[in-house]
Amino acid sequence: MTWRVHVRILPRAGLLDPQGQAVEHALSALRFPDASNVHVGKAIALDVAAPSAAEAEARVRTMCDRLLANPVTEDYEIEVAAGGAA
Amino acid sequence: MRVAVVRFPGSNCEPEAARAVERAGGEAFYVWYRDVALQGADAVLLPGGFSYGDYLRSGAIARFSPVMEAIRQHAAAGGPVLGICNGFQILCEAGLLPGALVRNAALKYLSRPVDVRVERTDTPFTRAYRAGELIRIPIGHGDGRYVAPDELLDALEHNRQVVLRYAGAPDADYPANPNGSLRDIAAVCNPEGNVVGMMPHPERLAESLLGSDAGHRVFVSLLSSGSLTPDS
Repeated sequence: MTWRVHVRILPRAGLLDPQGQAVEHALSALRFPDASNVHVGKAIALDVAAPSAAEAEARVRTMCDRLLANPVTEDYEIEVAAGGAA
Repeated sequence: MRVAVVRFPGSNCEPEAARAVERAGGEAFYVWYRDVALQGADAVLLPGGFSYGDYLRSGAIARFSPVMEAIRQHAAAGGPVLGICNGFQILCEAGLLPGALVRNAALKYLSRPVDVRVERTDTPFTRAYRAGELIRIPIGHGDGRYVAPDELLDALEHNRQVVLRYAGAPDADYPANPNGSLRDIAAVCNPEGNVVGMMPHPERLAESLLGSDAGHRVFVSLLSSGSLTPDS
């Protein structure tokens, strides 16, 4: 079975995120003072063949630990949905 | 001494690194990133550049190149390895050096000279400097901000793994620490001291014709330390 997996990668909480700060300043300059706590990361989407959603998630977790995210500087979240990319 | 200069797709300054080795009295040759052996190299240099276009993260994909396994074995056997700029990023991604290098704090690519203080002179790449000496060598990077968790930074200080620190007097245009590196770290080594990574480019300023040869002694250091390699 094929699963559509989305990985969201963000700078580790507490680490200086200069991109997030720059975007926050720009939003503030555009008169969006209601925006705060802005962070800039990456989104990775992939299809994964696995017998179950749990196994797809476990595979992608291993991919994150080995390649997709840097364990020193980044945190990630994984979302698994049924079916591959249309 | 035979020194391998590793070429990745997107490497730069490999000829400068090879020339710097030869000017210091060594024999330099290139090793392709897909090679699985180091051709009897006594030491390995990972040059700067933008391997794999810096896709995903700087060095993140290069670390899985076939040549990296041979480098890992060479390092584990105590052989000297120097990563310059992108080479430093690759060594961190590969786990051969602690910490990580992220986007410069000011979000700008920086190409300029920096002053660094030599904190450690018992590595194969710094033994020709005096402890505490200030040297001015160039940087050229967008992702040079050294970061690590506080506990790791404390451990690095305790184990004397900080090799170079940004230490110039701030001027009107630039802070002394150009990229926001934690604890002003410009270069680190592994606990054994045989693997060193640095963001500045000593090979770009290694002969007086260019106005200074401040980087030359990195290579002199290596060439005077042949006994560090088990089989040399």
